[in-house]
Amino acid sequence: MKYEIIIGLEIHLELLTASKLFCGCSTAFGREPNTNCCPVCLGLPGSLPVFNRRAIELAVTAALALNSEIRLWSRFDRKNYFYPDLPKAYQVSQYDQPLARGGYLEVDVAVGKRRINLERVHLEEEAGKLVHAGDSIIGSGYSLVDYNRAGIPLLEIVTAPEMHSGREARLFLEDLRTVLLYAGVSDCKMEEGSLRCDANISLRPEGSSILGTKAEVKNMNSFRSVELALDYEVQRQEKVLSGGGSVVQETCHWDEENKQTITLRGKEGSSDYRYFPEPDLLPLVLENTFVEDLGRSLPELPSERRERLREQYGLEKEEAFLLTANRELGDFFEKAAKAYPVYDNLFNWVQGDLLYQLRENDKKVEEIDPNLLAGLLQLLDEGSINRPVAKELLAEMVQSGADPKEMVRERGLERISGRDRLLPLVEQVIAENPEAVENYRQGKNKALAFLVGKVMAATKGRADPAELNRLLKEKI
Amino acid sequence: MRLYEMTAAELSRRLQSREVSSAEVVRSFLERIDEVDPYLRAFITRTPDLALKSAGEIDSRRMRGETLHPLAGVPIAVKDNISTLALRTTCASRILENYIPPFDATVVAALKKAGMPILGKTNLDEFAMGSSTENSAFFPTRNPWDPGRVPGGSSGGSVVAVATGMAPLALGSDTGGSIRQPASLCGVTGLRPTYGRVSRYGLVAFASSLDQIGTVSTTALDGALLMNLIAGYDPLDSTSLPEEVPDYRAGLEPGLEKLRVGLIRYGRVDGFDPEVTEAVNKAASMLEEHGAKVGEVSLPLTDYGLSAYYLIAPSEASSNLGRYDGVRYGFCADGDSIEAMFSRTRGEGFGAEVKRRIMIGTYALSAGYYDAYYLKAMKVRTLIRRDYEKAFKKFDLLLGAASPTPAFKLGEKTEDPLQMYLSDVCNITDSLAGVPSLAVPGGFHSSGLPLGLQLTARPMQEKLLLKTGRFFEEQRAEYPLRPSLDFLEERGGGYEI
Repeated sequence: MKYEIIIGLEIHLELLTASKLFCGCSTAFGREPNTNCCPVCLGLPGSLPVFNRRAIELAVTAALALNSEIRLWSRFDRKNYFYPDLPKAYQVSQYDQPLARGGYLEVDVAVGKRRINLERVHLEEEAGKLVHAGDSIIGSGYSLVDYNRAGIPLLEIVTAPEMHSGREARLFLEDLRTVLLYAGVSDCKMEEGSLRCDANISLRPEGSSILGTKAEVKNMNSFRSVELALDYEVQRQEKVLSGGGSVVQETCHWDEENKQTITLRGKEGSSDYRYFPEPDLLPLVLENTFVEDLGRSLPELPSERRERLREQYGLEKEEAFLLTANRELGDFFEKAAKAYPVYDNLFNWVQGDLLYQLRENDKKVEEIDPNLLAGLLQLLDEGSINRPVAKELLAEMVQSGADPKEMVRERGLERISGRDRLLPLVEQVIAENPEAVENYRQGKNKALAFLVGKVMAATKGRADPAELNRLLKEKI
Repeated sequence: MRLYEMTAAELSRRLQSREVSSAEVVRSFLERIDEVDPYLRAFITRTPDLALKSAGEIDSRRMRGETLHPLAGVPIAVKDNISTLALRTTCASRILENYIPPFDATVVAALKKAGMPILGKTNLDEFAMGSSTENSAFFPTRNPWDPGRVPGGSSGGSVVAVATGMAPLALGSDTGGSIRQPASLCGVTGLRPTYGRVSRYGLVAFASSLDQIGTVSTTALDGALLMNLIAGYDPLDSTSLPEEVPDYRAGLEPGLEKLRVGLIRYGRVDGFDPEVTEAVNKAASMLEEHGAKVGEVSLPLTDYGLSAYYLIAPSEASSNLGRYDGVRYGFCADGDSIEAMFSRTRGEGFGAEVKRRIMIGTYALSAGYYDAYYLKAMKVRTLIRRDYEKAFKKFDLLLGAASPTPAFKLGEKTEDPLQMYLSDVCNITDSLAGVPSLAVPGGFHSSGLPLGLQLTARPMQEKLLLKTGRFFEEQRAEYPLRPSLDFLEERGGGYEI
């Protein structure tokens, strides 16, 4: 039997605020454990939460970027459960009155563009972090808790169950990340945990309209592992179903090392969170103008940029896609394009030599001054330097940040051209290589290339190749 | 008259005119504590050294001619569920027996800024859950009018300290009557301000939507002086009210003409002492004689108040008390697993009443029961608010009893939680409505025990309450009321605890 795969994602995103959601503590990553803490985020007896306005701005911005409908009246609730990383034994979250409902993202999938709908977007607080002795949560002797993370504003995005493969889920996530990066609401680093994803996945016989029993998959720490984990789950569930068995509702943990999912707990282990309205906070009431202002100041989003790049620079779809998906590369391109408006050539250099040199030298594109590349390409186009020289200069520019124009001037790397300067060199080469000259006269064209190479070697590649050819033919 | 017998207003006057020093005042109260507290046990933690130190500081500042707060140098006692920096704050619970907070509650910071020496932290029912101070994990506090009886609760320690001159003023907290009921059982004045009028920041949460810090004093004027210091908006408490704070002391002179008073007609409440009803009626006549217009008012939904309260408060408590898990601070028991450690910590750290309420609250919030219990109770609460709004269209002030009976005997209700809960029946609906409410002495029961009146006003009308409270004080020959404490001598100083 063929099965249809149904996947829904739950994404958690740490918002880029300087301070936490309900107190003034810093949100900086990687500090000494338990140093970014105060009575409020530690939940000490008697402490109370106060909204961080910036977090609300970022949450609304994110929801707007995801085409979600902002609700002017929303409410915070307590989600009660016991866990050592949860200082108050409840998480302040939003339950039945979330900040935003609906929304969607247009995702490029194998079969073209597909709209993935969202259920809701809401704001909540982050928990602390458990550090397990040993390698993993399973079989750990003891755990330590770091509350630096506790209270960082967290955005939860829930999708509709509308994805049909691990690959689709991954593509959706990658697109979502790009949108949220453009919106400027989060640094979206899966490896640092500022973007996290849990997935609900179930299978049903093709054509059926009833959802199958789902499994919830957690602990997927990269886009790749989302795809791998979901593909693994598909196979696992398929095996169970085609063997005549039924899938048991469970929460499982993706084991990155062994590339498999491990059952954490079954349905009977699921909690009753006893949600109720948080009495320490007033309902969140937003002014229409507040939301409208944020909508107006929404940065350009990826889909808009893709369109604009194609229109403004005449780029191909894939080219625009590359410059949008890699936002910094796109920024680099657009800045360089101002000084060097030969867009197709610029793009070729950016996607080719520049990306290659960045990789080779382990540099980030943000570290490179776009005007330097523009200047380099101008030198090349003017005929002031030769292409091989340009490539070398680019490599050095990426390595050291040196200005190609200055390097050319300082080292005298300009092209050697003009009869007066080239003729002595040509005559010298002819005199020194009688054999090759003889071969050329007998019709061996390769011999001419040899002689050109000799001159180039003598000039370190700086001779004007066209003129050189002409002069050699003339003199032989 | 000895210093410890004086009101805060009188002490303030003498301090400002430099007739006495704060050190002398504080010493007088400390001596009184030494004399009385071993028998009545109002304090969990006494801080004589700290109090004398701040008294000394205030005295030197006064000597230097600095302008000081009117209450500078006047000492105060603080209920032990209000967070004090570097000073043990136990909530009368084993689970916080050794908890030393790293921060001051907003109200405590205000006391310190004004230069009020803190005499110590007072006893209460564990986490303020109770009506007799018998639920303290450490020891019960006794009623100074009859040491065989309870002082009421949960602010029993604060109330007894003020009633017996161990402190001229005290801070209490009132969730469902925890200031007003003990105030009435001990013959002092206790104000529960409008919800949000005084910052809750640093008040250890029992039921967040009901908890409110308030004042315990021997006179309404003293309550006004303290309110001037602690009332106001606090950016650290999102539920605190931004409205401007009046001078509570100004214009307290009586003038009851045109005051419309609603005399509360209670529905069926078992165990209402007829002498209490008599005292309330007598108070109504007094008001009438002085120009007030008195009518009867019934708040029909108050019958449901107790039930709604005992769903809402435990629900919030079950969540608020989740944090005591032994991981970060407080008592911690060993366990083979994290669940075992949580269970044992909480099982051994909490007392029976706290556990009972956590169980009730957990049940009321559970999936499948939420709508029938918590949500229904919240709806009742909304209707109760409307009852009050309706009543306040006709009346400026509501008059009733602060407790259905005078003080009951130690142990009398400990085995019957429902009877214990019923002792707050007069206080609970004001709490649910969030309106200000004042308990003032209302004469004596034939047994010699004090009785209390309860006055309720519209939100933010604390001043009207204090003004009316002052009127009642002026109707009495002797004020403030002081228990004789003759049992101290009868027992030869050896009263058995």
